[in-house]
Amino acid sequence: MDNLDLARWQFAITTVYHFLFVPITIGMSAVVAGFHTAFIRTRGEHWDRLAQFFSKLFLINFALGLVTGIVQEFQFGMNWSSYSRFVGDIFGAPLAFEALLAFFLESTFLGLWIFGRGRMPEKLHAATIWIVHIGTVLSAYFILAANSFMQHPVGYRYNPETRRAELTDFVAVLFNKVQLVTFPHVIFAAYMAGGAMVLAVALWHWRRRQGLAELSESDESAGATSVLASRGGLRDREMYRRAARVGAIVTLVAGLGVVVSGDLQGKVMTEVQPMKMAAAEALYETAEPAPFSIFTVGTLDGSKPLASVEIPGLLSFLGTGSFSGRVQGINDLKKQYAETYAGNPLTADAGGYVPNIPLSYWTFRLMIGVGLLSMALAAWSLWITRHPNHLGTSRRERAWWHWLIIATPLLPVVGCSFGWIFTEVGRQPWLVFGQMTTATGVSPSVASWEVLLSMTVYTVLYAALAVIEVSLFLKYAKAGAQPVAQPDDHSDEDSTLAFAY
Amino acid sequence: MDLQLIWFLLITVLWTGYFVLEGFDFGVGMLLPILGGRSRGPEGAAEVERRRRVLINTIGPVWDGNEVWVLTAGGATFAAFPHWYATLFSGFYLPLLLILVALIVRNMGFEYRHKRDDDTWRRRWDLAIVIGSVVPAFLWGVAFANIVWGVPINADMEYTGTLFTLLGPVGLLGGLTTTALFLTHGAIYVSLKTVGEIRFQARAFAWKAGLVAALLAVVFLGVMMVHTGSPLSWALSFLAAVFLVIGLVMIRAGHEGKAFLGSLLAIALAVWALFAALFPDVMPSSTNPAWSLTYQNASASDLTLKIMTGAALIFTPIVLLYTGYTYWVFRKRIGTQHIPAPHEPTDQLLAQDERGQRIG
Repeated sequence: MDNLDLARWQFAITTVYHFLFVPITIGMSAVVAGFHTAFIRTRGEHWDRLAQFFSKLFLINFALGLVTGIVQEFQFGMNWSSYSRFVGDIFGAPLAFEALLAFFLESTFLGLWIFGRGRMPEKLHAATIWIVHIGTVLSAYFILAANSFMQHPVGYRYNPETRRAELTDFVAVLFNKVQLVTFPHVIFAAYMAGGAMVLAVALWHWRRRQGLAELSESDESAGATSVLASRGGLRDREMYRRAARVGAIVTLVAGLGVVVSGDLQGKVMTEVQPMKMAAAEALYETAEPAPFSIFTVGTLDGSKPLASVEIPGLLSFLGTGSFSGRVQGINDLKKQYAETYAGNPLTADAGGYVPNIPLSYWTFRLMIGVGLLSMALAAWSLWITRHPNHLGTSRRERAWWHWLIIATPLLPVVGCSFGWIFTEVGRQPWLVFGQMTTATGVSPSVASWEVLLSMTVYTVLYAALAVIEVSLFLKYAKAGAQPVAQPDDHSDEDSTLAFAY
Repeated sequence: MDLQLIWFLLITVLWTGYFVLEGFDFGVGMLLPILGGRSRGPEGAAEVERRRRVLINTIGPVWDGNEVWVLTAGGATFAAFPHWYATLFSGFYLPLLLILVALIVRNMGFEYRHKRDDDTWRRRWDLAIVIGSVVPAFLWGVAFANIVWGVPINADMEYTGTLFTLLGPVGLLGGLTTTALFLTHGAIYVSLKTVGEIRFQARAFAWKAGLVAALLAVVFLGVMMVHTGSPLSWALSFLAAVFLVIGLVMIRAGHEGKAFLGSLLAIALAVWALFAALFPDVMPSSTNPAWSLTYQNASASDLTLKIMTGAALIFTPIVLLYTGYTYWVFRKRIGTQHIPAPHEPTDQLLAQDERGQRIG
């Protein structure tokens, strides 16, 4: 493998890994902030316990999202220095804004929130976690604006003297039409991931306390001690039921947002990157109307389907808003791109301007599929948790449905990965669409063994950290919400800290 | 004043913020085995553990915010001086890789160390924190010594040296200097933020480490200034040395606040001296001075700089304001008596019902 392949693999590995933690961080910070606020408003102790419980899980997850984010910012310069020189004038600004406006906010206020309990006014303390959440959303906005420039460059001109793209309109960059549909799509997906995590953990605890509910109903003859003891457990069961429902509603509502924004995104993408959408469908010939295939059996790139399930006109609708709209095929686009771009070394592509079709085709379907599945699971969870004393499903079903719970928090996160792989692979061979190919962006001064070394180091380190993270996460998740000591009003100079590392 | 010059100064400010703030974080990390005590001592393992937690908790609420300064410096360099960013980050590839790995394991150490009540677990994260503090403290010094001294750069602004080019005598001297400076800065910070025995040990150590740091700093800045100094950078170097000495005198006399101000200003002035010596280059080429990256030929367009200037003018004061608020909220000194017992979550269902086995 040469520099280019290695640098691409490294970017893929570190970015997909980073983005396993990001959506959970964004989504969970909002839910935790909600629980904390509910406690301040209602004084219901269970809200406080839920806020504390889920904040522990949130923080275990946040730590990895943070450290892997540092790598991302350095990586552009380290592996993609030609790219950095070419677009730095435009691409650098959102990154600087992200650090100045979002990272400082997140880090500083997270510190205040973690350590500030009992040390600052209660309402201000609750506000800090909302500020953390706002920081995560701002951060997403800026980095997505930067990515949207790569998908659909606007607000710039090519300066032949400096031989780079230069900014002409920053507002256009920040409100790129790709950005306006991508940002809601990603943020809603993040809320799905956060909601599904809360749902899954809470549902697991709720189901685990099912036996308690049965005991208190059937086992009236049981000794007074155990009845008393299980009362606390029953209260917890109700607490987890509420949390599960909050998580399910967040997942479901956010899921609807993902569907709507995704639909809009498909239309914008068909307009600005028709090749990506043609690849998503493996549509070789221009069609009017174009069908959407649910799946295909045959060659992996869909060029010779043996059997496929197709919905007539659906791709036309997804791409153009009309069931009879015209969707351009790969072969026509290839010809068009070769005519426009082949003359310039920055934009010439030996591969014929076609992205990896099987990867685009399948990641697109899997993204949609897992998204819809997690919405279905959330809806079902709402149904089985509808009544405080409802015992869920029948005994036989109980044996298997907790496996679905385990899938619940993974689905939106995996969906995010598929979405990113689709949108980045589908853009290829472009680094900045129509301006520079990926092949021209790598660092010329870096040896391929250096890229290989750093890729190996990150991969091994990330894998080790994943094992530690998951085991810690499971340990805290399984233990459940702990009793919470309210800050002591009579604290003197020598009383212990409410929280310490 | 032209925008490119403003941004040269703002980048200087960002690195200054990073080194004066994260400098003491690195120092505290390196002090874990030094001020954390030995488990064989009379105090015993539990006391050692409490002392280490005191050290970590002096920076607990603030280290993450301090680290953002380097991310902002990186992002701002990307935006304001794309060529500087591209040449530096691709050229100093392996040191940056090491710094990144170090920061990752250090941060994970802070976040995860307290999450299990297990000695092996803690010991491993202690190691991560110590290594994760020494390595960047040393390598940032190596990096800046090389940036100011000059490295081989060709006509296309590409770095043509290797890792060993950077690890020459000047680079190593720079690394040792920043390591000693941050160690001193961290020890003074600990003396300012703690009560009890650890405070006095930190004071005593700061004095000793400070003498070494002062010696190294004088030699390092002297060498750099002779090589590429200007009257301004000479003056700033001199002031840096003066404030370091003042800081040491103050810590010797037990004035911790003034000592901290001294070491903070010494680090800031040393950064300014280096940037003043660097100017008007941002990365001088040792191959051919004509190929050097300067604050003018490496910069972004005027429009980008204008927008960035607006953002910096509005948001930097806001950042400073809430950062200041955080330091004010956590202004109290802490000691071993404030450290709560190690905590692990316990299964609440089992705690509530002895028949948990059956119903779980």
